[in-house]
Amino acid sequence: MIEIKDLHKSYKTGASSLHVLKGINFSVKEGELVSIMGSSGSGKSTLLNILGMLDEADEGTYTLDNFPIKNLNEKVAAKYRNKFLGFIFQSFNLINYKSALDNVALPLYYQGVGRKERMDKSFAYLEKVGLADWANHLPNELSGGQKQRVAIARALASEPKVLLADEPTGALDTKTSYEVMDLIQGINDEGKTILVVTHEDDIAHMTKRIVNLKDGLIIDDSYVNQVRAIENV
Amino acid sequence: MFNLERWEEIFETIRKNKLRTFLTGVSVASGIFILVILLGVSTGMQNGVQQQFQRDAANRISVWTGATSIEYKGLNPGRDIQLTNNDYDLIDRKYQDQLEYKSSIYRIWGGLVNYKNESGSYRVEGVLPDYQFLESATLTDGRFINYADNKRYEKIAVIGLKVYKDLFKDKKSAIGKSIEVQGILFKVVGVYTDPGGEREESRVFVPLSTAQKVFGAGQDVGSLAFTLPQEDNFEQAVKTSKAFTDKLEKQLKEAHTIAPEDESAIDINNSLENMKNVYDMMRNIRLFFWFVGIATILAGVVGVSNIMLIIVKERTKEIGIRKALGAQPLSVVGMILHESVFVTTIAGFFGLLFGMLLLEFVGPMVETDFISNPTVNFQVAVSTVFILIFAGAIAGFFPAWRASRIKPIVALRDE
Ligand SMILES: Nc1ncnc2c1ncn2[C@@H]1O[C@H](COP(=O)(O)OP(=O)(O)O)[C@@H](O)[C@H]1O
Ligand SMILES: [Mg+2]
Repeated sequence: MIEIKDLHKSYKTGASSLHVLKGINFSVKEGELVSIMGSSGSGKSTLLNILGMLDEADEGTYTLDNFPIKNLNEKVAAKYRNKFLGFIFQSFNLINYKSALDNVALPLYYQGVGRKERMDKSFAYLEKVGLADWANHLPNELSGGQKQRVAIARALASEPKVLLADEPTGALDTKTSYEVMDLIQGINDEGKTILVVTHEDDIAHMTKRIVNLKDGLIIDDSYVNQVRAIENV
Repeated sequence: MFNLERWEEIFETIRKNKLRTFLTGVSVASGIFILVILLGVSTGMQNGVQQQFQRDAANRISVWTGATSIEYKGLNPGRDIQLTNNDYDLIDRKYQDQLEYKSSIYRIWGGLVNYKNESGSYRVEGVLPDYQFLESATLTDGRFINYADNKRYEKIAVIGLKVYKDLFKDKKSAIGKSIEVQGILFKVVGVYTDPGGEREESRVFVPLSTAQKVFGAGQDVGSLAFTLPQEDNFEQAVKTSKAFTDKLEKQLKEAHTIAPEDESAIDINNSLENMKNVYDMMRNIRLFFWFVGIATILAGVVGVSNIMLIIVKERTKEIGIRKALGAQPLSVVGMILHESVFVTTIAGFFGLLFGMLLLEFVGPMVETDFISNPTVNFQVAVSTVFILIFAGAIAGFFPAWRASRIKPIVALRDE
């Protein structure tokens, strides 16, 4: 599903240049639930952004579902993002003046899905994350956990091949974090490929594979025994 | 434009951001409002000026006299110049084939006029038959003074509509009735109306010869009035009449031994020339108003553009989210531009509507010497609408372009 080879990325700030990714190689097969771990500043988000086509690598190759991702213009990148990827962010990134339902419907709007179908589909996903009763509420009327559920429903709505989550539990307390992880595990159980960036050990162990980043390189990549989140709730 | 989904998005954005939309709208609406009012006032000024000129024949040339101000050929300054029948006859003979209408006038300011128990004080003017046309007067009843009246020193009078209304309270025809002018009986033969309004209709015309005789003026006349035949080309007409007045002035100055450079002894008033000056001024005023109006709209555009830029900045994160979710750059441009055009157009229409309503209801009440019935014509209204839509597009373009450049990664970065 995902293949990256010898990926490099540096940020230029003024005269100096910061080499963040120094040759990353890894691949993810369909249906995997992978966590990317590492201390703060180790380049986890940078890697995820490149995978999400929100940023571009300086060197190396990246193929997503057999599509080479290289030198995409904004238009094509937008299309690919919409078609292949679902994003979940630490700070939820919901549009604050839109209801939960309308937030979930947004990727479908950009897919050109008609209103009726869009709303039905969005509602079904809200139901799936357990927020059917909150469909018409604005984000600021929801708790952090609820907001993240809306974001997950939104990420699922466009039926992407891969879900990318950057510290999805970073802004949540432990109990809520586990509830969100339980949801993510459930989605993975249905076969969805998911990448989760985290710096928390317990969260990482709720995935099936942990990739450890340090100083821009993968220092460890191993499969683990998945801890079911539900057991800890 | 006809993308229903886009409309829904925009309505939703507007509905959820009422204050911001309102503020944007107010700035555009006031711009258009000001433009409409300015254009209305400019039309009103034009109407007002036109009315001023309609009082008399548009191409009337009047000759008045005063006292000399310069010593000339041994004659002291301060000498009063008096026009006489002789002056008129000389001019009449010399320019016979160039003149259209001509008359000399002998006036009594504030002549006492009685009919039965009613009385009033009116200007009494002894005139020649052509005077009717020099005054643009139209008869509502009876006839005007004719050649024979003058020849026979007839004691007849033509009275203004205002005089008729003041004196003939019984509302019966004035024709054939006798009125007393300065204690002398005159028979009314006509009633006239004048586009100059009540002021111009508060006069009594009598034959010049009669006036000179009964009021003891001898051969004296107060002023002369002429018109030259109409010409199609306005500029040409102004030139011809200027040439004529120059010759006239020279002749009169020679006849009365007045220094050529004396400005106060002979006063020739050329309506056409005045009109040209006023029209030129009006055109400049109109241009100036357009300029001010457009500048106001431009200021509005800059204002809207600024507000939209702030909006874009405020919405940076939202735009980043939209892009991450698959919004194409073009759709972001479309969204911002569409919203801006929509808001400016709606707001502009309100400005236009308020401006037009104000002119419609308050306009007719405005009746001064300079402004009369300020209105905005349909064509101008339509062009403002196009200016509006165009303005909205311009106001939206820069912010929209800016928005489409926003990189999702930058927008989404957590602070
Ligand atoms: N746009 C950028 N410009 C310059 N430096 C950046 C930028 N984004 C990230 N960095 C730097 O790159 C390094 C890795 O950042 P990031 O991938 O966000 O780390 P992590 O997510 O692992 O905490 C950090 O030192 C960060 O300061
Ligand atoms: Mg990070």
